Amino acid sequence: MKPITKRPESLVDIPTHYCPGCGHSVVHRLIGETIDELGIRNRAVCVAPVGCAVFADKYFNCDGIQGAHGRGPAIATGIKRANPDTIVFSYQGDGDLASIGMAETVHSAVRGEKITVIFINNTIYGMTGGQMAPTTLVGQVATTAPHGRNPLLQGYPINVSEMLSQIKAVKYIERVSVDSPQNVIKAKKAIKKAFKNQVDGVGFSFVEVLSICPTNWHADPLKALEFLRNDMMKQYPLGVFKDEGKTQEDK
Amino acid sequence: MPKIEVDEMRCKGCKLCTKACPKGCIAMSDSFSRTGYYPAKLAKPEACIGCGMCYLVCPDLAITVFK
Amino acid sequence: MSEKVLMKGNEALAEGAIRAGCRFFAGYPITPQNEVPEYMSWRQEEVGGAFVQAESELASINMVFGAAATGTRSMTSSSSPGISLMQEGISYMAGADLPCLIVNMMRGGPGLGNIAGAQGDYMQATRGGGNGDYRVLVFAPYSVEELGNFPKMAFEVSEKYRIPAMILADGILGQMMEGMSYNFEPVDPKTLKKPSWALGVNDGTRKKNNVSSYGLAEGELEHMVLKRAERYALIERDEVRYEERFTEDADVILVAYGISARAGLAAVKMAREKGIKAGLFRPITLWPFPTKRLAELAQKCKAMLCVEMSLGQMIVDVKLAVNGKVPVTLHARPGAFFPVAEDIETAIESTLNGKKEQLFTLSDLAAKATNTCAKPSDTICKEGTLL
Repeated sequence: MKPITKRPESLVDIPTHYCPGCGHSVVHRLIGETIDELGIRNRAVCVAPVGCAVFADKYFNCDGIQGAHGRGPAIATGIKRANPDTIVFSYQGDGDLASIGMAETVHSAVRGEKITVIFINNTIYGMTGGQMAPTTLVGQVATTAPHGRNPLLQGYPINVSEMLSQIKAVKYIERVSVDSPQNVIKAKKAIKKAFKNQVDGVGFSFVEVLSICPTNWHADPLKALEFLRNDMMKQYPLGVFKDEGKTQEDK
Repeated sequence: MPKIEVDEMRCKGCKLCTKACPKGCIAMSDSFSRTGYYPAKLAKPEACIGCGMCYLVCPDLAITVFK
Repeated sequence: MSEKVLMKGNEALAEGAIRAGCRFFAGYPITPQNEVPEYMSWRQEEVGGAFVQAESELASINMVFGAAATGTRSMTSSSSPGISLMQEGISYMAGADLPCLIVNMMRGGPGLGNIAGAQGDYMQATRGGGNGDYRVLVFAPYSVEELGNFPKMAFEVSEKYRIPAMILADGILGQMMEGMSYNFEPVDPKTLKKPSWALGVNDGTRKKNNVSSYGLAEGELEHMVLKRAERYALIERDEVRYEERFTEDADVILVAYGISARAGLAAVKMAREKGIKAGLFRPITLWPFPTKRLAELAQKCKAMLCVEMSLGQMIVDVKLAVNGKVPVTLHARPGAFFPVAEDIETAIESTLNGKKEQLFTLSDLAAKATNTCAKPSDTICKEGTLL
């Protein structure tokens, strides 16, 4: 008998600070496997956000940089344009990508930056203790929406994948989830495609990953899964929103 | 006979593996580990088919699957 | 050495940066520095560099943050309100010990202000509008030739100490045209050694590199800040730059930087023709400020007169430097109005004849102002403290 599973080499062998059940850790593993399988560890660069994943770049065995809240796509733009041989990925949460960093998110997509963006959507602000996110569902309680998100005062949750799919230079957008083994396999495929696109020089590639946040949803991980499956997936359907390879214009 | 081993120093007791296992072989331990969590354990070793579903959902790479 | 050419300040600066090996530029349009990104938009391509018009100044400084982290000579330019937007990014670059070049072509402020040249951002530049204990190198050119030649110096000092560098100029310098030449051979960035901390393709000879500005372990941040402060101390000792004209026997020494120094120099010459022993001290580095030399000069002269296109910001550093040895007065032109040599000459005379013409103090301004605010009621003042 031998082990058929192992830790990816691109993932540093240390325990993480993420909460029990947190989707961040799962996605880190999928990214680690991807970097190993594509053989890009010597040129991958992780751009870490501000948020629970602020230490993301410490968990990967490749170069990393941590910058200001929401600026990941701009930082990635700078790295990729200055050094096109690197494989740059910006790893962000809801506040980072869809709130304070929305302009950087949209414009790096508009410019068609050849980067990979991984967006962890857990409908809440984790690190700062559970405030409302742009992705918080109507009626969902948050510390800054104590009676639940009220659309009359706080608007409706934003579907980032659908929104970005309208942008011409964007090449690949898929929304996945890490709630079940089957979905984890699909998430891995999507993440690997988003990285492979950069290796092949295709263009802006974006994966939105639905994740639970047991701590700030005040639910244990198994109960949190129900919220993700029954409620989040209604607002944020899984699927591919755009998938283009290199077009004639790109060549 | 396939089996899993749970690294008690890495397991955070999230229980996601118990739900992911198609054969219901994983349960949570009654006693807590040195890290203060109640880790998962292979409660029904005879039922394990080595499918790796638990490994897929485990956030902490606490599970190694043997076949 | 290049031939002498007639160039516009903004363009001379951009070309100077390219010749210094700058291969990444990100910026956003704002008057009066638009010629810089416009020039970069075609010139970077010619030298195999990268140009990005970013969605904002905020995005620009963050792109520079990323590009600089790869060891590439990276630059952004903007004007006062845009530099305000960059403060966070500058703090991050200082905290991550990244070299880079930030250019501020100052304009009138605060707020939207106007689009003419001004010098109202001295405090913002030297004290830092971003959070935390940090400094940036601040170079103040006063001619198109200096604008063209300073980028190379700025990049070199910036990289030597791993501290962001700023060129603090103004809209007048940026827009004016003068004959100038480049006094250095163009730098091929491929000949520059890649820093050991830079991100990029790892050929297996190094560990992974992480660039960040935080230190969360116990005592870690204090250690980082103190280590950085050591470099600041070295800079204050070794990198001060200034120029002196007619100071050897001067009774009144003008202290001015940038375009104010040009007007100041004209005023000094006018004063000398009248027999007044005036001189000009022109700081070139605003941080590190030439404190030591000003203190020496204060031992010999009778008075110092600051000329600034602001309400008086550099004057604080001058007063600190002379430490009360001589009176320090101010000829101020805030609100982006150009200082006039004749007015400055009158101010020079005022420092010697005790009059107040063309000298500026807030208390004099208050004395002349009519008080249109309602008087606070007696009941409030009785118990409260006077602010």
